[in-house]
Amino acid sequence: MLPGLLVYFVFTFIPILETVRTSFYRWDGFSSQKFFIGLGNYARLITDNVFLSAFFHNLVFIIFYCIIPILIGLTLASLLGRGKLPGMNFFRTILFLPQVISMVVVGVIWRWIFNPTFGPLNLALNALGLQHLTRAWLGDFTLALPAVGSIAKWVEYGFCMILFLAGIQRIPEEYYEASSLDGASSFQQLIHITIPSLRSEIGVAMITTIVAALRVFDLVYVTTRGGPGNSTLVAGIVIYRAAFLQNQTGYAAAMATVLMLIILAISLIIGHFQSRNEELE
Amino acid sequence: MSLHWKNLLPRYLLLTLFMLTVLIPFSGVVLSAFKTDIEVIQGPFSLPETWRLDNFIHAWQVGRFNIFFKNSVIVAVTVVIMSVFLSILNGYAFGVLPLPGRKWLFPLILIGYMVPLEAVIIPLYQFMDALHLRDTIWALILPQIGLSVSFGTLWMTSFFENAPQELIDASTIDGCNRWQTLWLVLWPLSGPPVTTLIVLIFMWTWNEFLLALVLVQDEALRTLPVGLAFFQGKYSANIPLLAAGALIVALPTVLIYIFFQRSFIQGMLGGSVKG
Repeated sequence: MLPGLLVYFVFTFIPILETVRTSFYRWDGFSSQKFFIGLGNYARLITDNVFLSAFFHNLVFIIFYCIIPILIGLTLASLLGRGKLPGMNFFRTILFLPQVISMVVVGVIWRWIFNPTFGPLNLALNALGLQHLTRAWLGDFTLALPAVGSIAKWVEYGFCMILFLAGIQRIPEEYYEASSLDGASSFQQLIHITIPSLRSEIGVAMITTIVAALRVFDLVYVTTRGGPGNSTLVAGIVIYRAAFLQNQTGYAAAMATVLMLIILAISLIIGHFQSRNEELE
Repeated sequence: MSLHWKNLLPRYLLLTLFMLTVLIPFSGVVLSAFKTDIEVIQGPFSLPETWRLDNFIHAWQVGRFNIFFKNSVIVAVTVVIMSVFLSILNGYAFGVLPLPGRKWLFPLILIGYMVPLEAVIIPLYQFMDALHLRDTIWALILPQIGLSVSFGTLWMTSFFENAPQELIDASTIDGCNRWQTLWLVLWPLSGPPVTTLIVLIFMWTWNEFLLALVLVQDEALRTLPVGLAFFQGKYSANIPLLAAGALIVALPTVLIYIFFQRSFIQGMLGGSVKG
């Protein structure tokens, strides 16, 4: 009756369960010898500095994927305000463009911009007489992580802004009129009217962007592959290496399970707060 | 009228400023793709002396982007057709029919939409290997359908749940069976959500990277994003050539996006609200 359910279970749901099962074994991925080691892989990963620092980089990416884009999006949306702007469709189309492009293409574009010798960024700094600020951005141990992060910010802020602009149109004009009569400043209006009314959109933006920061793979793979050293390593890259380059399939499955559980937990927690807020209304 | 302009002008300036942060990187890459090695060093935003297509031809033939392009089209078209069809059936069952077990099935499907690809890629590799499907085009198609169907089911269920019940009842009274009710009565109403679903699944499939990187090693089966990533490894300093390759990968999605932008943006905003 439902071939769609069958395809979903075979190629998505059963693999999820299989990942969890594999995480309890020591296994190289191809031999027939699998050793059940219980929580052994999990005990290993909580003391594995490579995995922990990679996961820390994912957390740093939340600043670039989530916090900065949401702040830019809120500021822009409240400055642009309510009411239709003629030609808004055109701006919306352009601002959303990074969302539709393959991350590999985004990586190629930004590797060119960050190129130390002929990238536009260093050329512009030179032209402005700021030679001392030029860097090998993606090859610099301290700057590579924020440099990759800023690419993510570039991809995500248009999405947040358009989400908030769509939401802001639904807030009744009377709220603002009444608070203006009470003498509220526009900053107070932002805090007391705009942000609370947009909490459903903010919740969506948070789930989408935090999950993107935690699951990032393509962008790091094409820009730095985790380097220089381990300075931009993220969980996705560590899992990929362990599973497909280092024959540590069981351990990779444990790391993937942890990543999956964290992502599910964050989605559920934010989703829960959203629905509770809506009930209170 | 002057007051009107005083209000609008700062808003347009602000929008233009942010639009430029998107447009400048893109225009630099478009210009580079038509330049020679020497021209590209002369200035990132200078115009090429002649608009040459050499870089595109080189990427297409020597870089084998012709093969990657063909693979990407085969995978994306097959995945879109199969996923949309299966999602409509699932959505109809969940939204309209008295499906037993709906209560516990639905969260199981939601999980598939929420988990990262890292959570499925390891068993998929083993599984495809055991079926002797690894390094075939099916390794790219079948898992992608499974992943797309989870979102598609959620998306189509919410459409069918909101379909007018009177219409369904009336068609039953007129003697339509369930299959006829779906295709004769509800399908004609489903244009907007189905269009959105087609566009979203196409984009996700076209841009998919990790799955294609892991499940296919044969160069002749690579899709465009994976092809471009390896191309970058080989020609990391040849900006004009890389730019041309990047444009070949990006152009189909950009065109479809511009053509269907309303469906796409609404899907991205609405889909994430529901998900």
